[in-house]
Amino acid sequence: MAPGTRPLIQLRDLWKVYHLGDVEVRALRGVSLDIRAGEFLAIVGASGSGKSTCMNLIGCLDQPTRGTYRLGNVDVATLSANERAAIRNRRIGFVFQNFNLLGRTTALENVALPMIYANVPFREQRRRARELLAAVGLRGRERHLPSQLSGGQQQRVAIARALANAPSVLLADEPTGNLDSQSSLEIMELFVRLRWQQHVTIILVTHEPHIADYTERVVTFRDGRIVSDLPQASSRPAPEAARG
Amino acid sequence: MNLLWMTLVTALRALRRNVLRSVLTMLGVIIGVAAVVTMVSIGRGANAAVQQEIQSLGNNLVMIIPGATTVSGVHTSSGSAASLTVADATAITKECPAVSEVAWAKRQVVQVVYGSQNWATPAQGVPPSYLSVREWPLSAGRFFDHRDDAGANPVAVLGQTVVDQLFTPGEDPLGATIRVKNVPFEVIGVLARKGQTAWGQDQDDVVLIPFLTAERRVLGTQILGTVDMIVAAAATADVLPEVEPQIRALLHERHRIPQGQDDDFTVRDLNEIAEASKNASAVMMNLLLSVASVSLLVGGIGIMNIMLVSVTERTREIGVRLAVGARTGHILLQFLVEATALSLVGGAVGIVLGFAATRLIAYLAQWPTLLSAPAAAGAFLVAGAIGIFFGFYPARRAARLDPIAALRYE
Repeated sequence: MAPGTRPLIQLRDLWKVYHLGDVEVRALRGVSLDIRAGEFLAIVGASGSGKSTCMNLIGCLDQPTRGTYRLGNVDVATLSANERAAIRNRRIGFVFQNFNLLGRTTALENVALPMIYANVPFREQRRRARELLAAVGLRGRERHLPSQLSGGQQQRVAIARALANAPSVLLADEPTGNLDSQSSLEIMELFVRLRWQQHVTIILVTHEPHIADYTERVVTFRDGRIVSDLPQASSRPAPEAARG
Repeated sequence: MNLLWMTLVTALRALRRNVLRSVLTMLGVIIGVAAVVTMVSIGRGANAAVQQEIQSLGNNLVMIIPGATTVSGVHTSSGSAASLTVADATAITKECPAVSEVAWAKRQVVQVVYGSQNWATPAQGVPPSYLSVREWPLSAGRFFDHRDDAGANPVAVLGQTVVDQLFTPGEDPLGATIRVKNVPFEVIGVLARKGQTAWGQDQDDVVLIPFLTAERRVLGTQILGTVDMIVAAAATADVLPEVEPQIRALLHERHRIPQGQDDDFTVRDLNEIAEASKNASAVMMNLLLSVASVSLLVGGIGIMNIMLVSVTERTREIGVRLAVGARTGHILLQFLVEATALSLVGGAVGIVLGFAATRLIAYLAQWPTLLSAPAAAGAFLVAGAIGIFFGFYPARRAARLDPIAALRYE
């Protein structure tokens, strides 16, 4: 998080245009954004503002129509589908609103899933998955199936899975959207804690202001453009205290 | 390796999740493989039986029988003319280089009596060379020699069926006196069992007596030296095709048959007859195999169908896997392994079922069958190939899903 170093994520004049039949949808209209390693920021905006499209581009799930996207030293726009899969696998972790865990598959195996595709040895997969489940507070629930866990617990498993290959970026799309307020609170506190423990950059997409309050920077989207980019004093994190 | 193992575990889990559906999907492959295994077993059994018949006739034999007589332009049945003679037979031995040995026979169905038993059977007057030409061993006693033939001795060698009919079990026929057309004969030998010919004739139902004995004392003749049949053995299998033209040429010359006129004899290559029946059974087997293959094809389409359903059902799962870093190859492999597992398990069950069906058919229908390990292995491999072939399209569809659309799929 040293200031002056090159940003981890660099978006320059990013456009995304869809064609729905004859209708042209301009989901992004020239977005430029720099995100440094270790930042904790929220992307907010109404639905249809382009925030989810931007999220998919940052997550290498999609390719921009125009513009450049650099992740670290890599120009993502030039990569093939399989090269983007490798980047998603090792450098990006996803947390979804509806958890997206594999049903009929234990918590431990869900967490190990990204490591299978990274060719991590089996024993190491198990060890690391156990460690991550413990870090999100699910020690002892390794053999549980998603259906045997509460919503908050399922989202913790999803967060542990997102961290499996020690990614540099964690992308969370409305992570508390399906949770009650108590679970939401716990998940947000987990994000704050993990940010320091796992040295990970967290990008949160949300439309709830009190969720965005947990972050240090709020980027607002409207009609495919960034309309404001404001730093804010984070209400919670005390780095020295959380680091232990 | 690790990845492949995990893929296999995932595939088996997915199949176990819906056991009934998996089993029903496999049914086509199971039936197809079982049918192939059973058909090949039956076909091989039939072939082996034909092969045995060829052996029992004697290898590389050519048979010459007299032609049809023509009475006022009306043909009578072939073999009715008295056109072949012992002299023809000995000439064939001398003049045809491709022929190693010749025998001939005079044949008539006669009544054979021993004690209070009697039996109607073809008596054949043959020269001492007959057994070696037919490659027919004795099970007891001796065959008659040139002295027996020249002296027209009343000695007989019996086929197994005749022995069974005339003698009580355990009774030694050697030395017994039987009456053939009321002429007393001494039994000096018993032939080894030979079984049926391809056309269902019992070769063991026969009494062999010296040719001269038959001609002069039992069967009688209108013209001395005429025979009902000449059998010529080729020197080797290689020269077999030359035997027939050589004999034809010789007999044309000896019988003074001008060009363009009907032969007064017929030459038959026994191997040709056996080949023909072998070909017939091969045609039948190919027909049945293609029916079985249709079942395999239908099984493959069933697998494709259910895999397409599975891909649709698990679109979200595919989206998640793509999001966490699965490459298109990983997804392709996962669904291919699943389809192949379906077809291979089906193949294995089919083989077991096919073996059981073969056993049952062999037992119930009394058909000769021959289980074939290569056929089973082949059917298994074909089943696997079908899984890969028909699994490929659904797997490719899964692998080409757009991760964003897949994640949003409801």
